[in-house]
Amino acid sequence: MNPVITVTKLNYSYGKISVLKDISFQIQRRDFFVIIGPNGSGKTTLLRLLAGIINAGDGRIDLLGDSIEDYARKALARKIAYVSQTVPVDFPFTVSEVVLMGRSPHLGMLGLEKEKDLVTAKQAMKFTELDHLADRRINQLSGGECQRVFIARAICQETDIILLDEPTASLDLAHQTRIMDLMEKLQKERDITVVMVSHDVNLAAMYGKTLLLLKEGQIVSRGKPDEVLTFQTLEAAYGCTLLVDESPLGRFPRVTPVPGRLMKIKD
Amino acid sequence: MLVSALLSVLLAGTMYLGISVGSTGSNFGDSVRLLFMDKSAGSVPEAIIRQIRLPRVMLAALVGAALSLGGLVFQALLRNPLAEPYILGISGGSAIGAIFGIILGFSYFPGVSIMAFTGSLATLLLLLVMSQGQTLIKKDSLLLSGVMVNAFCSAVIMFLISMTRDARLHNIIFWLMGDLSSADIGKVGILAAALLPCFILLFWLSNIMNLLLMGRDMAQTMGVNIKIVTVTLLVVTSFMVSATVSCCGLIGFVGLVIPHLFRIILGSDHRILVPACVLGGGAYMVFCDLLAKILPSQGEMPAGVITALIGAPLFIYLLKRSGQ
Repeated sequence: MNPVITVTKLNYSYGKISVLKDISFQIQRRDFFVIIGPNGSGKTTLLRLLAGIINAGDGRIDLLGDSIEDYARKALARKIAYVSQTVPVDFPFTVSEVVLMGRSPHLGMLGLEKEKDLVTAKQAMKFTELDHLADRRINQLSGGECQRVFIARAICQETDIILLDEPTASLDLAHQTRIMDLMEKLQKERDITVVMVSHDVNLAAMYGKTLLLLKEGQIVSRGKPDEVLTFQTLEAAYGCTLLVDESPLGRFPRVTPVPGRLMKIKD
Repeated sequence: MLVSALLSVLLAGTMYLGISVGSTGSNFGDSVRLLFMDKSAGSVPEAIIRQIRLPRVMLAALVGAALSLGGLVFQALLRNPLAEPYILGISGGSAIGAIFGIILGFSYFPGVSIMAFTGSLATLLLLLVMSQGQTLIKKDSLLLSGVMVNAFCSAVIMFLISMTRDARLHNIIFWLMGDLSSADIGKVGILAAALLPCFILLFWLSNIMNLLLMGRDMAQTMGVNIKIVTVTLLVVTSFMVSATVSCCGLIGFVGLVIPHLFRIILGSDHRILVPACVLGGGAYMVFCDLLAKILPSQGEMPAGVITALIGAPLFIYLLKRSGQ
């Protein structure tokens, strides 16, 4: 066992509203770790805590053996990259400019890139199949392409861990699988740890190695997809009737929400 | 590098024009000769160029550079392409401070300048409180807050002016509209000493401004200390703006026109935009001041009139376009 992230008795609240309650878990090296749960269950807050964007009030997060609060900002940025859900495109940066920004934690005082940084950025764009768009402005790209740009930026940061907040939200089916395939390939080829928040339990089942199911700021279940995605745990977490069976694609669970109209027939 | 070189030439060119053209009308070759070669002369044209036109052109260049850079920083910091010190009321706030200084009979430096700086920080604080936290980034809420702060500042300024009943009244009003004609070499020196370190500091922070545009969360996870950077940028910019306001009053929209122009031509990389805004903003301001000098058939008009005449329509156009 070789945890890269250890969370111990973590509590977090916005003012008086408690968002996370007594959370403890570990994330292993080379894991594809997906945090799932209903709206308002504290998924994004947990991810932001892991990224060091907000500080844990109570409890402890250890990154590679040291408390995350002991890391200087730049040092932390060389360990963890973060891709947020909403991406600002008000300013017309080009694709390669955005990707190259991933090098900033590795740059000196003036923030000027060297040849090596340009090579890393080129490789990241190649990996995400963005080479042909390098000089396009990001406000001219589609949602899926834009998401790939920000993932390329995270790759360019060359960290051990990449955190993503719902990278497939608002993407069509083709782009959803494309992004998830990309992350899976990245995890395997670059030997990194991927931690992702997702709304989509089926994508989590298909790509995740470990799943963490949250409800109202508490852990309902944690483990392999077939351990977490059971009828009992899901119904407890989401409070609606769901059908869980095995996917025809392979040995992972498939979750189907049951429409109210069909429930009445069952009664 | 190439861009900087081209813009330097442009700045030098407009400054040369600014020196050469004036109501006494000396020709172009003369002005160079008077400036660089003929030191012994002591003639009237030489005095005009050395003591009136040269400081004025230098003042215009400094003011234009500071205001453009101020706009650029605000746009990056608030992630809002329409942000600008004048539109947000920061300039107005420092004008209130400066007028207080003038009425209380302070000297230009340090009294009026410190009052102006205090005024701009106070408005900045007011603005931040009004549109707190995340909503600051939303265009409408920020601009509305700015409009209100501006309206309030104008009211206070008018109030202060109507309480003033002596010869200073005309001076205050003319100065308010953005007047560069009061330049003297000492004033320019102080302003340059105040602004140049700010330019250097902002150039040093230019890559961080790029990262800020990726959103606070992503900037932070790329190693930016948001709190320190935000406070530094806000304070430095307010300082630059209040320094220019206390020198030559309210000159609006320069911080909108120049960064926008350069973003269209050069893209969004602030490591290029910061030097471009310093040089190009300087050139633009010298040019506007030149227009202000030569357009009226009699006398002169404040340069702020020209910048507003060019800038305000552009602002409306941009606002309309960004709404789509």
